[in-house]
Amino acid sequence: MEFLIGIQGKDFVLVASDTSSARSILSMKQDTDKMHRMTDNLIMLVSGESGDTVQFAEFISKNIQLYKMRNGYDLSPSAAANFTRKNLADYLRSRTPYMVNLLMAGYDKNEGPSLYFMDYLASMNKCPFAAHGYGAFFSLAILDRYYTEDVTRARAVELLTMCVEEIKRRFIINLPAFRVRIVDKDGIHELPTIKPQVSVRSIASESL
Amino acid sequence: MSSRYDRAITVFSPDGHLFQVEYAQEAVKKGSTAVGVRGNNIVVLGVEKKAVAKLQEDRTVRKIALLDDHVALAFAGLTADARILINRARVECQSHKLTVEDPVTLEYITRYIAQLKQKYTQSNGRRPFGLSALIIGFDYDGTPHLYQTDPSGTYHEWKANAIGRSAKPVREFLEKSYTDEVAGNQEECIKLALKALLEVVQSGAKNVELAVMRDKEPLKMLELEEVEKYIAEIEKEKEEEAEKKKQKK
Repeated sequence: MEFLIGIQGKDFVLVASDTSSARSILSMKQDTDKMHRMTDNLIMLVSGESGDTVQFAEFISKNIQLYKMRNGYDLSPSAAANFTRKNLADYLRSRTPYMVNLLMAGYDKNEGPSLYFMDYLASMNKCPFAAHGYGAFFSLAILDRYYTEDVTRARAVELLTMCVEEIKRRFIINLPAFRVRIVDKDGIHELPTIKPQVSVRSIASESL
Repeated sequence: MSSRYDRAITVFSPDGHLFQVEYAQEAVKKGSTAVGVRGNNIVVLGVEKKAVAKLQEDRTVRKIALLDDHVALAFAGLTADARILINRARVECQSHKLTVEDPVTLEYITRYIAQLKQKYTQSNGRRPFGLSALIIGFDYDGTPHLYQTDPSGTYHEWKANAIGRSAKPVREFLEKSYTDEVAGNQEECIKLALKALLEVVQSGAKNVELAVMRDKEPLKMLELEEVEKYIAEIEKEKEEEAEKKKQKK
């Protein structure tokens, strides 16, 4: 039901998450923020078991802050992602595993932008674009077709809108709004929330 | 096996003293001086920089440690002991944020450090921490604080204080010179801390380390040029005072 997506460009990572928080048949909150700020240039999107999501995200966030206090500088995105994966893996074979799927998007002045896909079985992949949830089935296909490595910010937002409109059109569950943020060398910036409308003609039928 | 019967190192003397704690305070008096000044909207920490050996690399920040974005600590005494305390305090700052979603207040983190120090004066086979700390920062509501802890585990809030070697003359200087007017002016606070340090430290920007913190801003270590600028201002003021006195005569 929940949807997370990330698209990496040359010098930025665009991320978006849906904003509904539901329990069984009831939508509890329509303006949830599923993104958690780790450092000035690192953001984590979480979905999964409610409770576990916030707990895990805050736990990782505070440990990353502690590293910064102890050493005087931030953990790099790749180090932070590996630290997160290690924690997921350790807890997986304990009595209390975390049921969370997450995306970590960051910008490092040496490594550039990066996007990491992690799931509740503690697998991790660094990808140019990734998504979690049923919406991923629709989005990954569109991104496979139209994504290029040198995608600009405007084009990335267009691709994101394409994905989100497809989800609006074809996914049985209604996800009315998507919160969008972008991570680059200047930090994490908020972009306008996308509220897709169903259109008769799909944008994906533009010229090949 | 016999560890259960190990007696505590810190025991009372017949006349009611804890000698180990007092010896720890002696260790503090051997450490290089640190001074702290609390203004109305600024807090300043100054430390004496020990001269380094010729072949040793001059590490810029050693005695002023950041505990969290809004709390900093300077110490006088055993550096190795300080490292342990600073690490525990840093973990506690994050732990507090994790459980109650609020940054620590200065009083809370000072109390935590003081309680830790006290525990080591009453534990099996452990010796007290040989350091005093000056903890500065701003609470979330914007009020500045300066606290001092000592090896016995007591803590007090101060408007301005000094610890370490020559703490007494520095404190006396601060008592004479700290006024509400000084507290209200940020530049004056910085100069007061510097003046107090220069009372007992060899004059020169190279021998002092100065750090300031303003509300909702990160800790700022002053560069060598800035410190030299303040020292020049202080020298000028001293000369003007001397001139005025001469003219009065």
